[in-house]
Amino acid sequence: MADITTAEKSPAKLTKEVVRFEPRIIGFLCWWCSYAASDMAGTSRLKYPPNVSIIRVMCSSRVDPAFVMRAFAEGADGVLIAGCHLGECHYVSGNYKTAARISLLKKTLAQFGFEDDRIRLEWISAGEIRKFSKVITDMTEKVRNLGPLNWRENFEPK
Amino acid sequence: MEQPKEKLKLGVYWAASCGGCDISMLEIGEKILTVDSLADIVLWPCIADFKYKDVKAYPDKYIDVMFFNGAIRNSEAEEIAHLLREKSKILIAYGSCSYGGGIPALANFYSKQEIFDRAYHESQSTVNPDRIEPKTKHTENGYELYLPEFWETVRKLSDIVDVDYFIPGCPPAENTTWSAIEAIVSGQLPPVGSIIGAGNKSVCDECPRERKETKIKRFKRPHEYVAPDPEQCLLEQGIICLGPATRSGCEARCINSGMPCRGCYGPCADVYDQGAKMISAIGSVLESEDGEEIQRVIDEIMDPAGLFYRFSMSHSYLLRRRLVGAKEEMK
Repeated sequence: MADITTAEKSPAKLTKEVVRFEPRIIGFLCWWCSYAASDMAGTSRLKYPPNVSIIRVMCSSRVDPAFVMRAFAEGADGVLIAGCHLGECHYVSGNYKTAARISLLKKTLAQFGFEDDRIRLEWISAGEIRKFSKVITDMTEKVRNLGPLNWRENFEPK
Repeated sequence: MEQPKEKLKLGVYWAASCGGCDISMLEIGEKILTVDSLADIVLWPCIADFKYKDVKAYPDKYIDVMFFNGAIRNSEAEEIAHLLREKSKILIAYGSCSYGGGIPALANFYSKQEIFDRAYHESQSTVNPDRIEPKTKHTENGYELYLPEFWETVRKLSDIVDVDYFIPGCPPAENTTWSAIEAIVSGQLPPVGSIIGAGNKSVCDECPRERKETKIKRFKRPHEYVAPDPEQCLLEQGIICLGPATRSGCEARCINSGMPCRGCYGPCADVYDQGAKMISAIGSVLESEDGEEIQRVIDEIMDPAGLFYRFSMSHSYLLRRRLVGAKEEMK
């Protein structure tokens, strides 16, 4: 956030600006498809919000549900998991396991009080750079509207 | 076993507990006589009338071995956990509740106010027109009466104090309890912080059934728990068994009785969150290559959170249902 200069520090300017909530989203991208798409989106100079912190995994099925839960427990507002389209997994059947896991995880997290839009599973192939940037943009806005998760606040009253 | 010169000072305490762990210590049968010859009881609320003031008067580290069962649900449990840590040489978290929160920790799916509303106002047999709820302090006839404070979130013992050893199980199986007692009495204990009396693999390792790697057509509800194939893995037959995500050591007694594992020995070695691992295991075992079929089969699992975190809510990353900022009612 830009600091106001000394010259501008009049009483009127000292009131705090309303800061727009910037969601922190963790993105698990599989190396062969979705991470490759993110790479190409970068070299193609596509514009999209910077709110997703990308973690590369070799296959989307590497994403243990514990990773997602831990991300939320430690401050994330949203988690994106992206892999190859069904039938195109580089390791043949990994993404079928991802589909089952993330579907069951979303159902479980709903019982923990999570809104559905906070966890998103997408199939993005290596060439789908526009889909990639659209998913990032769309998810950022959806999580922004949901507001911060602030999981740690759940433990303030003991 | 050799008779030590002095008898060990033994204590057993219950926090948020059903009393099953206290009873389970008798499952060792006649071996309780051996324990009696080796140890003197200095605290055991379930069976003896020691008072807290007696315990406070003990010197520090007076109690040689303290078995603490039950979860930490209120300020009394927390206070006594600190007291017993001071007064004990070896403090052991005995049973699923003190190890991982256990059944009491399922209360973490509700807020304190929701629990009070249900218990003191809404339950069908309750008559409470004055809307009385327990308070922590009340004055009556000039006397001040105190009750412990009810915490919002149920915790495990190791969240409150340093714990020397953990004995898992709801309750710990007879062989687990006895092998833990043997280790303690013989002094052959693993490094502090270890799980004792249990194995280092998953229940699948002890299970007599076999994996045939067939596709799960559908998941069954408890009233459908008779497995068509008596030799095949229960999970493969659509009966949700937590064996793959649960520590071994119980000799798979539930499966040997025709029932699926409930997960009471907690997560496997090196795993922190048991529920997350079970979600992962179901994903691995489904054996479907049809996106719609996968979704349809997963949709049949009712209450995954309660099933997979039945014993380990306090030993998980999320710990509880969201309290702050949730917009919708929990389904």
